[in-house]
Amino acid sequence: MSLKDRVADILGKDLVALNEFRGDLCIEVPKGRIVQVLAKLKEEGGFDFLSDLFGVDNLDLYAKAAKKKKKSQEESEDTGETKGKESVQPRFEVIYLLLSLSTNERLQVMVRVPEDDLELPTVTGLWKAANWPEREVFDMFGIRFKGHPNLRRLLMWDEFQDHPLRKDYPLEGKGEERHLNYDIA
Amino acid sequence: MAKQLETICITTGPVEVGDYVTLNIGPIHPAMHGTLRVITKTDGETIVSAKPEIGYLHRGVEKLGENLTYSQFLPITDRLNYCSAICNNVAYEMAVEKLLGLQVPPKAQLIRMIMMELARIADHQVCVGILGVDLGALTPFFYLIIQREEIYEIFEWHHGARLTNSMGAIGGVEADLPERFHEKWPKLRDTIRKANDETDKLLTHNRIWMDRTIGVNAFCADDALNWGFTGPMLRACGVKRDLRKEEPYLMYDEVNFEIPTGKHGDVFDRYMVRMLEMEESVKIIDQAYALYKELPEDAPLMKKVPKIIKPPEGQIYHAIESPNGELGFFIKSDGSDKPYRIKIRPPCYMVYQAFEDLVKGEMISDLIACLSSLNVIAGELDR
Amino acid sequence: MKFQAIQGEGWLLTKAEQLINWGRSRSPWPFPYGTACCGIELMCALASGYDMARFGAERVAFTPRQCDVLIEAGTITKKMVPVLKRIYAQMAEPKWVIAVGACACSGGVFRTYSTQQGIGSVIPVDIYIPGCPPRPEGILYALLKLIDKIEADHPLYKQRPKLIEALEAYK
Repeated sequence: MSLKDRVADILGKDLVALNEFRGDLCIEVPKGRIVQVLAKLKEEGGFDFLSDLFGVDNLDLYAKAAKKKKKSQEESEDTGETKGKESVQPRFEVIYLLLSLSTNERLQVMVRVPEDDLELPTVTGLWKAANWPEREVFDMFGIRFKGHPNLRRLLMWDEFQDHPLRKDYPLEGKGEERHLNYDIA
Repeated sequence: MAKQLETICITTGPVEVGDYVTLNIGPIHPAMHGTLRVITKTDGETIVSAKPEIGYLHRGVEKLGENLTYSQFLPITDRLNYCSAICNNVAYEMAVEKLLGLQVPPKAQLIRMIMMELARIADHQVCVGILGVDLGALTPFFYLIIQREEIYEIFEWHHGARLTNSMGAIGGVEADLPERFHEKWPKLRDTIRKANDETDKLLTHNRIWMDRTIGVNAFCADDALNWGFTGPMLRACGVKRDLRKEEPYLMYDEVNFEIPTGKHGDVFDRYMVRMLEMEESVKIIDQAYALYKELPEDAPLMKKVPKIIKPPEGQIYHAIESPNGELGFFIKSDGSDKPYRIKIRPPCYMVYQAFEDLVKGEMISDLIACLSSLNVIAGELDR
Repeated sequence: MKFQAIQGEGWLLTKAEQLINWGRSRSPWPFPYGTACCGIELMCALASGYDMARFGAERVAFTPRQCDVLIEAGTITKKMVPVLKRIYAQMAEPKWVIAVGACACSGGVFRTYSTQQGIGSVIPVDIYIPGCPPRPEGILYALLKLIDKIEADHPLYKQRPKLIEALEAYK
């Protein structure tokens, strides 16, 4: 039984989409069920090791796709009703990299997070390893993790305002500087 | 005074009022390698809590990766784990090759293996040397570092840099092993073994060393797996797991080597695992070199890769066993010449986040021993 | 009565200056502020093989209060800037700064949101060493250049107005 079938078997209707590329399996699961899904995968699927957890900002990807669509539309002069659909697409993804220690299989579990509801339940209860990665996702993308024991900025300083890894944040920054309180006075 | 206190509150979270002394170590402190910072609360000399604070070397590598082309990002990977830059280079190259669906010619694979194992030896030598320095044993450091210069010499012959190597390219390696390598390697093998022997004689059965390391920060295997430990740290806890064996890449499945493991996961076990791994690395290089010699001299070194690399849309994750553990690159491509998202999975990131669990209840002096034995490299920790 | 030694570059003054410069240039105690890759090369320069102690940098001072030369090796991020300022402020006069590597000089390859583009805008720097990272020889060369600079210095002559003032008050 291949990994694909096994995962589909375990998750049942929690599996939204399944994508395989160069042997790497990536599954998408609904946002509200992420903790249950990961717990199921841990218990039944044998994916007992959290390798990493990180976010992806899809802003540019959607912009590019929209541009392409527009171009093709102009060429063929087709007036489709795709505009409404595009705005619904959730902006962020959070990807959990799982590893099975017994079979050495890797699995990417992906959750889409819309911009107007930047909150996910924490998985620190399942793996302590999710502690800092979740803080980093909060720092870099602004996605909050409900129930996280210590959700503060990890890499940037506390007074920093933006979320640097978002696609609309410029590479060279906006000229932020760090001052300590006794420096200013 | 009030203002200063406020500042401390911002960086450490709420300060509890009690009989504990808050002791800040770092970010510039001789025992805090580079830019690490730990805020400890102590009861006498016993640590009640230790909060690591990172980000003092956050250079925006991942954001930079999104704005550079695939080949341009290669030199940036050197600056992640600067003790063994070659492992980073190869990990990144292999990730992009996986994205492209390339298979590298065997000669290039063997050269990569030889160089990676040399880098592994150099990394472990720094780690063991610095562990000695932090515990007050300066001599092994001097023995090891002079030996390391000879490994650097080989790197210089091959790709022209000592530390930030930028070895190879996407699709293979750019140069064959230097001619002088063939004379140098048998001598170098002996000097590596000699330096290790000297270190072994100076440290392993030293009474002070044993007192300072045995039983310090013992860690159990279940906790280690839950915290996401990999590499020597996990093996010291007694889990026999090495990506070179579990998910063989390059030609690691054609060479024989052992995976040294510890038992208790204390500082001594980590030190021993690193020492034994160096010996295994020497064995691997010997076998890889023998395999290399079997190949014809004009065997190809590079696979043909277009000048502007444009991988198909998709996302992959590829990990190798770096000296510190599982070093992985996640690359998402949108079909253009720049990666859409690069995520680096640094091995010491996961190890360092368990720091509070590791040192709770120990003495301040054991905190220093623990930190040195973790071999946390700020460059890859903060990226 | 005027004080001969203080007024011009008299014999006594220059000899005293030479003595002070001799003392300072023979023992520039470094404070190794190694943050990143260059720190490893600095380590090589300090350890056996290159042995920076040959040029008087014998005692590596790990406290800013007992050092002369701040060797800043590695990237300074914006989060680190206040720390660097504070370390520099804690050093006692006379103090010198060597910026090791491209990151410390200009930010290097990291032209990003979180990297300080060169430490020259934060603290005064005496010697810049280019390279990413520079070889240990480069660091040794910079130290020798710094020693030359210290020897060409006029520690007493600079203090002349202050000294005259003090002596006038004494008179």
